[in-house]
Amino acid sequence: MIQRLGRNPIALAFVAILVLILVGSTFAIVPETKQAVVVRFGEPQRIVNRFKPNQDFGQTGAGLTARIPFMEQIVWIDKRILSVDMDRQQVLSTDQLRLQVDAFARYRIVDPLRMYIAAGTEQRVSDALRPILGSALRNELGKRPFAALLSPERGQMMDNIQTALNRVARQYGAEIVDVRIKRADLPDGTPLESAYERMRTARQQEARSILAQGLKQAQIIRAEADAEAASTYAEAFGKDPDFYNFYRAMQSYETTFVNNGSGEPMGRSSIVLSPRNEYLEEFSGGQ
Amino acid sequence: MNKFFGWGARVGAVFNENKGGPWGTGGSGGSGDGGGSGPRNPWGQPPRKRRPTGTTGNVTSLDDFLKKSRERFGGGRFPSTGDGKPYWLYGLAIFLVLWLLFTSIHRIGPQERGVVTRFGNYTATMGPGIGLTLPAPIDSVQKVDVEEIRTIDIGSTDANSENLILTGDQNIIDLAYSVRWNIKEPQLYLFQIANPEDTIREVAESAMRAVVAGVSLDDAIGSGRSEIEQRVAQVMQQLLDDYRAGVDIQGVAIKQSDPPAAVNDAFKEVSAAQQTAQSYLNDARAYALQLTAKAQGEAAAFDKVYEEYRLAPEVTRRRMYYETMEKVLSRVDKTIVEAPGVTPYLPLPEIQRRQQEGAAR
Repeated sequence: MIQRLGRNPIALAFVAILVLILVGSTFAIVPETKQAVVVRFGEPQRIVNRFKPNQDFGQTGAGLTARIPFMEQIVWIDKRILSVDMDRQQVLSTDQLRLQVDAFARYRIVDPLRMYIAAGTEQRVSDALRPILGSALRNELGKRPFAALLSPERGQMMDNIQTALNRVARQYGAEIVDVRIKRADLPDGTPLESAYERMRTARQQEARSILAQGLKQAQIIRAEADAEAASTYAEAFGKDPDFYNFYRAMQSYETTFVNNGSGEPMGRSSIVLSPRNEYLEEFSGGQ
Repeated sequence: MNKFFGWGARVGAVFNENKGGPWGTGGSGGSGDGGGSGPRNPWGQPPRKRRPTGTTGNVTSLDDFLKKSRERFGGGRFPSTGDGKPYWLYGLAIFLVLWLLFTSIHRIGPQERGVVTRFGNYTATMGPGIGLTLPAPIDSVQKVDVEEIRTIDIGSTDANSENLILTGDQNIIDLAYSVRWNIKEPQLYLFQIANPEDTIREVAESAMRAVVAGVSLDDAIGSGRSEIEQRVAQVMQQLLDDYRAGVDIQGVAIKQSDPPAAVNDAFKEVSAAQQTAQSYLNDARAYALQLTAKAQGEAAAFDKVYEEYRLAPEVTRRRMYYETMEKVLSRVDKTIVEAPGVTPYLPLPEIQRRQQEGAAR
């Protein structure tokens, strides 16, 4: 037979193609990124490369796997961490403030069989988790005042949401790895505007207080200078108050009558003197 | 049976021309296991049968060359049948050799790592240099650039797009930043997460918002920026390590951190107020300097005079008195009234002069 085949290329080609088809439908390559559920006439038989925590790549079940051709099919299920993006949600906090929240959850299919039975495809799992993530988020955030949404308490909230979501995810053979709030914004319109208004007024208040502080500081500096000048004067003039009086009077006369210091033209003065004036004492021969 | 072979030969002759085609390309699958020796022997024979169908006249120089070389090397394995029919065999052999060469020798660049999978199962990561693996359908290599620092930009410094983030004191800032990262463990990067780049982006957004939610507006805009950058990088690294993403966060850089455009004017008012306050202070300091300097000058002048005065008090006093009086009285109009009861002459000369001046004007 072999000999005959050997002499006949067409028959050989047929055989080779048959063998190829057989090999191709018997063996399948399971990559590291996929879990394979082997299904015989719709009935799941076994799972190849199932996810196990803390398993290093190379030690997993990935690689060549065999199946009964034409009887068993392989359903591929992603082994990697997948993500569900939630649609933007409006959350009402206990103090009636609104917040626009964007969140995402990361999950991984840990029980491919259950997932295959319950959902079929990863897409369906995501679709099923999305609204639940939304409602879990609303429930959890709605229990808190607005300020708490911004506070470190957020970590605890996320854990609660994750727990709630995990309960559902487990029904789909999935495990939630992480839930995070991606964005938390004030909704457009009035809330945003009033926040802006508050920021504006806060800034104006700051501006005014800066001005007032500036004036206060300036006044203090002036007063300190006045005090310092006064003490300088007192120290110098206090040595002889009587002479100071005379000295200053002389200066003052000069300033008043001759030169008022500013160099501006001054009003002319007339003085009516009595001969008995001290200055004119000698006028009359020094009596 | 004879009949069958006769028919086969006829069809074979028809097929013969393009038989090499499908085998050549399809050979990739079969050649791995068969090694080519299966089809070669049997295919070596039939052409003699087909010979009579007549292409003797078509012997080319390549044909001759092949024949000769086969005679030289060949011998036992390929019985020199005297005809040069199975070119395709050589084609196949060359193809196989090339296939083996190209799919089992891998050049990994200095910045790359090669992740080797055998039938999909991760076996090793190859470092830079030449790496050998089993040929293609068995082993496959994915090259991953681990040195390249990739950048993800979030928000933009563009004026008409805002990436608003709530701060801890419930203010809003417009933030633009970028995350630099590279691949730390290529096999984790390839196998662990479905969309690594999207994941990093989302993690960055979430980490940034969480960190900014813990600081005040002033910190976020001003002094706290480098601390925010560090903390975001830390949080991101921790999250990604939790995911086992095989990614190294090199750094987070805040490119822009401003108040939103809608309240920018109010923020400018603050800096204007700071300037004004500063100018108040400057004025006050100038005044203070002037005043104290004047006081010191006057005090020093007094001291000088006082020193002289002390040496001869009465004389100095008189001298000063007369000097001052001279200065004063030389400049003013003087009227000396002798005795009580005498009415001074009024209007005084001064007033007369003023009237004259007024008339002249």
